[in-house]
Amino acid sequence: MEARFLLGFLLLLSLSSFAFAIYEDQVGLADWHKRYIGKVKHAVFHTQKTGRRRVVVSTEENAIASLDLRTGDILWRHVLGKNDAVDQIGLSLGKYVLTLSSQGSVLRAWNLPDGQMVWETDLQISNPSNSFLHVLGNVKSGRDSLSLVCNGGSIRAVSSIDGLVVWKKDLSIDGLKLKHVFQPPESDTIYAIGFIDSSLIALYHINAKTGELLKHATQASSVDLSSEISAISSDSLVALDTSRSNLLLIKFMAGTITNHKLPLSDIVQDFSGLAELIPTKSNDIFVVKTPSNVAFIKVKGDNEIELIGKADEAGIVSDSLTLSEEEQAFAVVHHSNNAISLQVRINGREALTEGIKIEDHRGHVKRVFLNNYVRTDKSHGFRALIVMEDESLLLMQQGEVVWSREDGLASISDAVVAELPVEKEGGVSVVEVEHTLLEWLKGHMLKLKGTLMLSTPDDMAAIQAMHLKSTERNKMTRDHNGFRKLIIVLTRSGKVYALHTGDGRIVWAHLLTPLLQSESCPSPSVLTLRNWRVPHRKALQENPSILLVGRCGAGPESHGFLFIVDSYSGKVLETQILDHSIAEVVPLPLADSSEQKLHLVIDDKLNAHLYPRGSDALEVFVREMANMYYYKVENAKEVIKGYAFKKGCSTGSSAYCFGTRELWSVVFPSDSERIVATARRKINEVVHTQAKIMTNQDVMYKYITKNILFVATVSPKAAGGIGSAAPDDAWLVAYLIDTVTGRILHRVTHQGAQGPVHAVVSENWVVYHYFNLRAHRYEMTVIEIYDQSRADNKDVMKLVLGKHNLTAPITSYSRPEIATKSQSYFFTHSVKAIAVTTTARGITSKQILIGTIGDQVLALDKRYLDPRRTANPSQEEKEEGIIPLTDTLPIIPQSYVTHTRQVGDLRGIMSFPANLESTTHVFSYGIDLFYTRIAPSRTYDSLTDEFSYVLLLITVVVLIVAILVTWAMSQKKDLQEKWR
Amino acid sequence: MNPSLSFLSLLSLLLLFSSALSFQSDELPFNDDDEFEGLRSSPGSASVAPPVRRRPDLDISSASDSKSLQFSLEHSLGDSEFSVAGTFTARLKSWTHGAQTLTKLRFTRNAISDTEKGLFERLLEDDDFYTIRIPSNVLNPSGKDYVVSSVRARCLPRESLDEHFVIHTDGVNVLSVNYGSAGGCQYPRPLKSPSKWSFSSYTVLKNSEQAPRTPTFVEQIIASENALEEGLQPPEKSFWAKYWMYILPIGFVLVNAMAQAANAAAEDQNQGGQPSQRAPAVRRR
Repeated sequence: MEARFLLGFLLLLSLSSFAFAIYEDQVGLADWHKRYIGKVKHAVFHTQKTGRRRVVVSTEENAIASLDLRTGDILWRHVLGKNDAVDQIGLSLGKYVLTLSSQGSVLRAWNLPDGQMVWETDLQISNPSNSFLHVLGNVKSGRDSLSLVCNGGSIRAVSSIDGLVVWKKDLSIDGLKLKHVFQPPESDTIYAIGFIDSSLIALYHINAKTGELLKHATQASSVDLSSEISAISSDSLVALDTSRSNLLLIKFMAGTITNHKLPLSDIVQDFSGLAELIPTKSNDIFVVKTPSNVAFIKVKGDNEIELIGKADEAGIVSDSLTLSEEEQAFAVVHHSNNAISLQVRINGREALTEGIKIEDHRGHVKRVFLNNYVRTDKSHGFRALIVMEDESLLLMQQGEVVWSREDGLASISDAVVAELPVEKEGGVSVVEVEHTLLEWLKGHMLKLKGTLMLSTPDDMAAIQAMHLKSTERNKMTRDHNGFRKLIIVLTRSGKVYALHTGDGRIVWAHLLTPLLQSESCPSPSVLTLRNWRVPHRKALQENPSILLVGRCGAGPESHGFLFIVDSYSGKVLETQILDHSIAEVVPLPLADSSEQKLHLVIDDKLNAHLYPRGSDALEVFVREMANMYYYKVENAKEVIKGYAFKKGCSTGSSAYCFGTRELWSVVFPSDSERIVATARRKINEVVHTQAKIMTNQDVMYKYITKNILFVATVSPKAAGGIGSAAPDDAWLVAYLIDTVTGRILHRVTHQGAQGPVHAVVSENWVVYHYFNLRAHRYEMTVIEIYDQSRADNKDVMKLVLGKHNLTAPITSYSRPEIATKSQSYFFTHSVKAIAVTTTARGITSKQILIGTIGDQVLALDKRYLDPRRTANPSQEEKEEGIIPLTDTLPIIPQSYVTHTRQVGDLRGIMSFPANLESTTHVFSYGIDLFYTRIAPSRTYDSLTDEFSYVLLLITVVVLIVAILVTWAMSQKKDLQEKWR
Repeated sequence: MNPSLSFLSLLSLLLLFSSALSFQSDELPFNDDDEFEGLRSSPGSASVAPPVRRRPDLDISSASDSKSLQFSLEHSLGDSEFSVAGTFTARLKSWTHGAQTLTKLRFTRNAISDTEKGLFERLLEDDDFYTIRIPSNVLNPSGKDYVVSSVRARCLPRESLDEHFVIHTDGVNVLSVNYGSAGGCQYPRPLKSPSKWSFSSYTVLKNSEQAPRTPTFVEQIIASENALEEGLQPPEKSFWAKYWMYILPIGFVLVNAMAQAANAAAEDQNQGGQPSQRAPAVRRR
């Protein structure tokens, strides 16, 4: 009886490990999720006496977020769509955040405390252009307040309560661009000022309640007007002319307009270059920023102006902050070396100067937003929100950085993986002794409770916190299973971060481009990063390093540069400005004697430059040069070309420079096909077996080559969005091309299909996702390629006797006899990114990682994308694990890798192997980052963390006791038998 | 279910019916003869153009016009300029709905000149590339775009120089040409010269395959499930085959119990007069 019980228990235990998804209490054990917002472009402070102090920001990643001013935490965040850039944000009624987006065509209101959307209004603007939002402060029609959205020559008044358009006024004048709207206090008239074709100034009086046009006047301007203006009081504004060297003071009193030209050189001494007008609100003061300084200028009386303050160095100036009727404050921020000085100027006079030291990896100040508060002594205090060059966000107050956010991580453009240092024997103490005995005991009691299922929810939380804190996970050393690694990421701003896979913390971060900035390299930007040296055989003790490649200017012909950076510390080991341009970096599967990986940098004249420079690298390369090929997809010309390398290059005589010669080309007819997607196998993918055994004991050989390129083209009509083409005009052609010979291995047309196409190539298969217009659904197709020329290697005798061609070298010049198998399935979601799991030895079955439209990552078993699926699999096929064919791929909720998390604006998924064959790392990035480890075939090679050792121990003990008891009993019985 | 197949069969059925019922034309079917043109090509010419697979969605009877056109093959030996090396002849077929396709491709190679032979021998020695190109738009070959293909020269020599062209077309546009040896090419490539300095060429014209439509088979699944229930029901096992594992132990127990009962009865009979002795007797046993 007891044994049966135990058996049942053990069975249950073993079953539990077969569960596919993770349990609620396992969240956060192996995964982490970081939320960011991106580079801030607008900020509105909300610092009323009651409630939390917060700042509402909108970013270049089209996110709107409310941040806690005390800590910098995100209170709420929304990510708008890709084409829904935020133009302006504002506060209304003290409780709504208004956002104007999509070039002024959508106005939304969000509830300030919790970020719920209150209303959304499509303003139906026919020709979206620069538009602006003006929240009327004091006009109340009933208890409502109005927000005005001006777009070109039309004004819409939107109720702040429900988003209804109260009135709409189209001034219908060609070329009219409204620039400024304001309303004098206690008045029902709105004044709207605009420019017509940059030569006329127009003024409109509009009834605030009805939108009726009361009066209008125009006046010719004496200069050509640019779009920059600054409103300085209720009846005047300052504009800049198109040459950016003259100011125009415009006054509009009692329905008439006067303007007055003021050359900037009269006001600011030694003025030269182009000026910039900083938008201000009122109070007769405006700010002009010139290349050399910042001038604060006051308007006095009629057409007289006076320079009231000057900041000498060119700094970054904030928008104006109105302190009172009389006082206007500006922040001017200077940056030098690794210090920021914040200067607050009230009415042009210096009021406060604070200096702060900051880390030098943040670069220059890009934007500053000023806010004030009342100090304990009732004076004005200031805090400033500073956006740095690396897109990080800092809050400065009282000469200190209160908090900082690394929002550069919201715009990752590339990522590689690096190993951590090996644990030094004797150097680092391996086992950290627990603090006190009591703590230790407590911890173990909790764990015991947890395993015996006696714990309360509080205890569970404590156990989880303990798990999370466990140092094992976050150590800075390499582990046996390869779970701890560094993910090195490159962001749009050119900053490089190293993230620890344990908890996602930043190990080091460097902004390298300022190091280069010089005359020879005016605007450096980093393009890509690659592994330069990976610890391996000879270089086991050497630090791994990464290669960063970039360009000095914007154009493709500008000179390149490269950095070599130590992966452990982020220290720059080598900097080099190249004498050639950079079009592409090709990593080669070769390394020199010091295990530095060979890279070819292809320039815009199609010369190949070999790095690292060194005689042994050159020797290694030249030896293999005859077997190296390069291909280039020219999207603009719809051409793919293949090249071989030859000695001697066209631009110089360097021994490391090689020429190329065209070997093949594939020309897609431009009137019927357009390249929309290409994909190829990962260079470091490992394939475990080249044979696949079919159900009938037949062997199929996979056609495995690293030189396979998947190309998808669509008809030009269908190149737009879904719905732009009729099914008859749309087709999608999928190609598999050998990149050595340019051979088209397979070509298949999908009629009535169109992009966007996302594809992933692995082993001998490709999976791609597209839209089927006929079925009105997304579809996924799998193509598997098999090598027929090896098909006769089935004879075991032949294999034993060595009469097979399996070990013969394969050359692409042999005409391949390939067979393809293909199958298509419907798929419910649209896809943002697609990837495949990779493991150390390629034994574990694969999962396809799909970034869904809901910003989650779905792991779909490759078994669902198997061309051998049939509707009624036979018994043998079922036994082999072939799933009956269905027309739609199933989406199992438990197979979301990201469980409940969302990776906002998901852009990429990366999978890299751990040392443990069953496990793979998955790193997905967008605005957020999410990392986890998954085991596609479950952890068959290790016991999971949650394996209950206690239960095992109890089982063993109980078994021993049972054996002893039964032994004793049998002894006793024997004795009794003998006494009988 | 292949839709194109069903469509074709439907069409042929329809044709059959219409011919049976109404006007009977004695016109020779024009297209059929066209289909097999490739096979009838003269054995003297080195080219073999297999029948072009027709798009299933094209109406067969809509072929209206065909005209012949030529385009040239150019080759480059090593780094030399491209020069004309042969001529492709094809028929351009126009369909009533505007599309045009190439069919009946034939290829004639120019004879190898002595200088070319010398250059080729150099290529063989250097294991260099032999490159060919044909215009991507065969209607106006003056266009600048060429599709290029190369092969290591050492792959070609056999008896003669064996070459194999696979020309991928899309209507009249040539997407790509796969050029290579007729069979395999071993690696490492040994240096060997052909015994006969002439090309023997094989050409294949390839059009795109149509992907099968994704099956929407809700009905089929239901049907298959029904079929599963009806057809694949396991044969009814006999009662004994199903339950032997239960019956056997029960039988054992029964037999045991009966034996015990019989034993007990026997003992009872033996010691019938002394019921007080019964309990210890049982205990002892």
